[in-house]
Amino acid sequence: MVGERIRAGLADYRTLAAAKLRSDWQYRAGFVAMFASTVLVTAMDFAGIAVVFTKTPELGGWTFRDVAFLYGVAGVSFGLADFLVGSVEQISPRVRTGVFDMLLIRPVNALVNLTASEFTFRRVGKVAQALVVLVVATAVADIEWTLGRILMLPLTIVSGTVIACATWVITASIAFFTVETQEIANTFTYGGDLATSYPLHIFESWLRVLVTYIVPLVFVSYLPALYILDLETPLALPSWLRFASPLAAVAMVVVARAVWRAGLRHYRSTGS
Amino acid sequence: MAIARRAFRRFSAYRGATFAGVVTNTMFGFVYAAVFVAAHAVAGDIGGFDAVDTATYVFGAQAFLAMTGAHGDREIAERIRTGEIASDLYRPVDFQLWWLSHDMGKAAYQAIFRGIPPFVVGAIVLDLRIPTSPGTWLAFLLAAGLGVVLAFGVRFPANLAAFWMLDARGVVALTALAQVFLAGHIVPLYFMPDGLERVVRLLPFAGITALPVETLLGAHRGLDLAGVYALQLGWIVVLLAAGRSLLTAAQHKLVVHGG
Repeated sequence: MVGERIRAGLADYRTLAAAKLRSDWQYRAGFVAMFASTVLVTAMDFAGIAVVFTKTPELGGWTFRDVAFLYGVAGVSFGLADFLVGSVEQISPRVRTGVFDMLLIRPVNALVNLTASEFTFRRVGKVAQALVVLVVATAVADIEWTLGRILMLPLTIVSGTVIACATWVITASIAFFTVETQEIANTFTYGGDLATSYPLHIFESWLRVLVTYIVPLVFVSYLPALYILDLETPLALPSWLRFASPLAAVAMVVVARAVWRAGLRHYRSTGS
Repeated sequence: MAIARRAFRRFSAYRGATFAGVVTNTMFGFVYAAVFVAAHAVAGDIGGFDAVDTATYVFGAQAFLAMTGAHGDREIAERIRTGEIASDLYRPVDFQLWWLSHDMGKAAYQAIFRGIPPFVVGAIVLDLRIPTSPGTWLAFLLAAGLGVVLAFGVRFPANLAAFWMLDARGVVALTALAQVFLAGHIVPLYFMPDGLERVVRLLPFAGITALPVETLLGAHRGLDLAGVYALQLGWIVVLLAAGRSLLTAAQHKLVVHGG
């Protein structure tokens, strides 16, 4: 029953996203320029990291290769999440204007409808760029490959993507309760992407608490990277946490589902 | 001036977006500051700047983001696309000056409500270097004002591309992108490799954010400061002239559909 609903949701997502892609593709020059600018924006973030490493051999004890790996994992996870559900941010203007009503009367899940109909293909540029960094970083990193580490890498990407998707949905759901400050979501989504690209221990303690306990972004890249790259952390963290990313992903999905549903129940459309 | 005042008031209406922007700028400031401070912890002084300078630089640069429209302001391009530009063009004021005044008003709003708050939060939480000499503040304010005009100088021709292309979003986005990196929002220019830094310092983008913020740190004095102003003014003249000739060319080919 649940499987059936998920399958129907995915089919709807595919149909709507394909339609949006066809429509975007009508403005070819604009499409190509926007795609190029997406790749460049993300490449620029990485160029920033590379520039910092021209002045220092390491950052918090991690080498360029280590940080590049971290960047790759975080970038692929957040990039995939942005690609798949990033358009959920579009909810804010819809709730404000009441257009959200239209999503509720259609025979398609509102979340699927919203994310798929605003599907933005160029966001795949971010995934592509981060994937290139990840592949190169993994190839040149000094990793002692064991079966555990080989399995851990794809598991980390999947968990990280799920955590990032849930973060997008949770922060976008704020729009149901207050339409004023929805852009704060970007602090956790794009800000989360930036923060998880660096070793957690270089941050001040309050920032670490924020991305560990408030939003568990630390599971996206830092903790699994400690295991895969076999690095020490100066932080007092139990070692089993390095393997706990899938658990964190499941927990985030449960929270996201609850918040989204609470939001839907709270939605009263708009007056006048 | 009246136009600038109205633009200021117009943007005052978006309080929620402003607050959210402040939170985002502040968070990004803390992340970038931590990264660069970690680099200073290993490398010591970089380009004559220490960790406190760089943390101050980061929050200064974050403060400049909204003020200099570094995320790609497409307002003019949008009006060209929709045809609303026609009503702008037959106003009895100069089109370029009208938009410059509008941008100055907007920048004043952004400076006060988007720029200062993250910097204040940064200064409370971290140890930042805030100049005590009024001379440094004056030098900074002049450089910052010129930076805002320079940002308009870069943005204006990019927006005019909409006269020739149906969708100018790509051009504006690429220009904004160049600005974010080359004006020193991702990394301070003094973190760049020497050869690259020397070239980047001659480009107009450097005058938008990096040079004014470095002036706040007291890095440019005397003849050096005069060089900063000369670079800013020189590019302002070139870019405003380029924008004007593009505009003239566009007006010759413009046909507005109406009825």
